[in-house]
Amino acid sequence: MSPVAATTPAKKSFWKSRRGQQITVIIAFTVIPVFLLMLFTYYPFAEMVKFSFYRMRYVGRRVFVGWDNYKEIFKRDDISGSLILCLYYMVGALVQIFLALYFATILSMKVKCGKLFKGLIFFPYLINGIAIGFIFKFFYTRGFVLDTVLHALGIPMSALPYWLKDRAVNNWSLVYSSVWRYMGQNMVLFIGAIMSVDSSLYEAAALDGANNWQKFKYIILPSIKTIVTLNIILSITGSLSAFEAPYVITGGNNGTGTFFVVMDKVAHTSQKVGLASAMAVFLLCIIFIATIIQKLLFKYIFRNANADDESLDAKKAKQKARKAAARAAKKGGM
Amino acid sequence: MAAQTASVHKIRHHYSAGFIIWTIFKYFTLILVSFTSVLPIVSCVITAFKSKTEYQNTNVMQLPKVWKLSNFAEAFQMANMGRAFLNSLIILVFVLLGSILIGTSLAYALNRFKFIGNELIRNLFTFAALLPGIAMQVSTYSIMSNLHLINHLYGYIFLMMGTDVISIYIFIQYYENLPVSLDESAILDGANYFQIYWHILLPLLKPAIVTCIILKGANTYNEYYCAHLYLQKPELCTVAISLYTFTGPMGNQYNYICAGVIISLLPALIVFILCQDQIYNGIAAGAVKG
Repeated sequence: MSPVAATTPAKKSFWKSRRGQQITVIIAFTVIPVFLLMLFTYYPFAEMVKFSFYRMRYVGRRVFVGWDNYKEIFKRDDISGSLILCLYYMVGALVQIFLALYFATILSMKVKCGKLFKGLIFFPYLINGIAIGFIFKFFYTRGFVLDTVLHALGIPMSALPYWLKDRAVNNWSLVYSSVWRYMGQNMVLFIGAIMSVDSSLYEAAALDGANNWQKFKYIILPSIKTIVTLNIILSITGSLSAFEAPYVITGGNNGTGTFFVVMDKVAHTSQKVGLASAMAVFLLCIIFIATIIQKLLFKYIFRNANADDESLDAKKAKQKARKAAARAAKKGGM
Repeated sequence: MAAQTASVHKIRHHYSAGFIIWTIFKYFTLILVSFTSVLPIVSCVITAFKSKTEYQNTNVMQLPKVWKLSNFAEAFQMANMGRAFLNSLIILVFVLLGSILIGTSLAYALNRFKFIGNELIRNLFTFAALLPGIAMQVSTYSIMSNLHLINHLYGYIFLMMGTDVISIYIFIQYYENLPVSLDESAILDGANYFQIYWHILLPLLKPAIVTCIILKGANTYNEYYCAHLYLQKPELCTVAISLYTFTGPMGNQYNYICAGVIISLLPALIVFILCQDQIYNGIAAGAVKG
């Protein structure tokens, strides 16, 4: 190897220096993604906030109306009513996480045909939204799939409701389709988290005589706490923005239109872009607040997660003693 | 030998009643949920093979007497699926390529270099992930229309590349596992930063790239709302949109509809069967590192 040249050029171009090269790479690699992010996420967001204060269509003149659009959200029944529908989806989401956790635990242990079960439960996640819409339209039609199966179980046809029309059940029908679709993905996520727990912990527990339930409660649950809470937060905010199931299956008719379904109608069918923008901004604020509340809530619930082996009470007692001593020392020093 | 075999006892397992009940319950719930998972799809498959008269006259769950394959060909034509598959393929290839290049390079810059905007950029992306795509489309539609990007494949491709946050996270996580010493030894050998990225780090990112392909690929293939908004001309339809032709006047001919649905499922099914484990690992990777 030839010796490194001892002569350094008197003036080195900044762009050839280490720092210069770094800056070149940084700029080159960040400019496109940040530009796209701005163009397709933040600029639309800003525009939407602007639009929400106008009465307008996509083309044509705009009239500034101030807070009118927001007031209309509460005045219009179909809009304010649609917000309540997200509660159905929240219940469904919690059931979904519960089921996903249950099946993930079972399938993490040795089960016959485990792979087959896993595949069957997961596959619905890979189906595209419109196909799901048709599949369930077909499933729920009077006298078709679901009715036939229930009939075979002995339930008379007269007792079966119109799954998609009857307002008492149609939202639950949609929630079921959503759980059907996504439970598998949650389950695979949880399986991944459970599998990543150090297996020696299980062996040690088995040696100590722990049964399956104890293994679940003391090893699995604490380790996957983070991922489960994350999923809960995502599910709750997902329920607020529930859109696909009602959009493809019922089109939002018969009282199934969730907030975003109504918003889509308002924006593209009624061409009331200002009102739709106000709706979007309104819900985004709710989602934002809900996320923050949940994060704080979970932080509070798990605040002692990293406590040492000492029991919490012993720790508190120690702190109290320390404080008392400090106070006494202060008093004494006065 | 005879003496030894005589002393080998058969081991008897004593199963408690609780264990047996639990096992039965376990398998029962597994079978039940698998059945419910599969039922809607199976019913579609059965219907897809029925001729029109059979469909109208037989009970939905009955197996067809004559397995008619022509439904599939007819549905394929009716929904213009050949064109749709071509469009979907083009979109998929470009979106994946773009996402991977942008994602890996951005993650490289964010993970390997300290600079002023680093935290800010990360937070911008984190916050953007909170915003549901559908809500954004209200104003994005107006922007796309002003930029003349509607009704062009490249407009849609840009949009799909630009609203992608998950892959960036995956890549950043992966970079954290690649030791900086690799970079340093490459610098000592005289490589510039781009060469480090391209020749050394990128090949090591293969598992993350596979994950990204799977997740982003599934999302893109199944995406229909934005496709519906921005690709309105019939010759630009994707597979998802082509299924829309079955709404409206065709609304009740479920034998054709189901055939179309099954056709759209086939690519996903094939990929799933072939890459099952990678798919699971990809999704789980999001769990462990996320």
